[in-house]
Amino acid sequence: MTMIEEPEVRAALPRLNEPAPTFEAVTTHGKLRLADFEGSWLILFSHPADFTPVCTTEFIAFAEIYPELQKRGCELLGLSIDSLYSHIAWVRNIEEKAGVKIPFPVIADLDRKVATAYGMVMPGESKTEASRCVFVIDPKGILRAMIYYPLSVGRNMDEFVRLIDALQTGDEHHVATPANWRPGDKVVMPAPNTTELAEERAGEGLECIDWYLCKKSL
Amino acid sequence: MPCVWPDGSLSTSGRLLLASVHPDSTADDVSAITGIPLYRVRSSLRQLLEAGFISEAGGRYRQTEEGVTKVKLGG
Repeated sequence: MTMIEEPEVRAALPRLNEPAPTFEAVTTHGKLRLADFEGSWLILFSHPADFTPVCTTEFIAFAEIYPELQKRGCELLGLSIDSLYSHIAWVRNIEEKAGVKIPFPVIADLDRKVATAYGMVMPGESKTEASRCVFVIDPKGILRAMIYYPLSVGRNMDEFVRLIDALQTGDEHHVATPANWRPGDKVVMPAPNTTELAEERAGEGLECIDWYLCKKSL
Repeated sequence: MPCVWPDGSLSTSGRLLLASVHPDSTADDVSAITGIPLYRVRSSLRQLLEAGFISEAGGRYRQTEEGVTKVKLGG
């Protein structure tokens, strides 16, 4: 008898600048839909499992940056492939043991619907857990950034705040932001797309390395 | 957070939310009055709507007779 292996079903990853996959999910704050966050920025992030060490440090760190995110009109929404009661027990345990209240909802994605829609499970790492994924969704529901971390590396919270600042600055001023940009730093002007504009750029009083890389203060 | 329990009674936040639904309120109005984040207000309004305590037309909410009674009786 020949063994026929079933082909592995690979979920398509969401794409940048396209509508984020919609969902309705059970969370620690009740049943929520993606549409409930319309009008706000949203960081949807997954973690491998409740009651695990790196994830606990991350949840505490996410709770710490939440006030900064709120100032920027940004909400947080966690997710793991765990039960609602595990989530409730874990966030209560974090409050009891670490003195940190988790202020954001956490999706209990036992049926993996949301994890699959967002490509959060990386079978090469784990077939049963979500990796450390981060999706930034804008107020119109468009997916604007995706970051994936492996199971063994806790995330850098400063980067998420910086990322929201950079996206909001880019949207407001129609500019890009250079490497390691922080609010207050100079921003990058869009590169000229004609030879005429390239020549004009030189006389615009900007800080230019060359015609294609010019910065200005906001 | 569930604001309507399976037996039809309201949670504390559910009572607060229902009492804050004045005629022609929007979700933003209710969020501003209660201080509850907008995403949670939207979710809770959906529950109150399903339970028949409020009605909705064009994104504006009002208490139904059943909702008014619920508020009077304290949930």
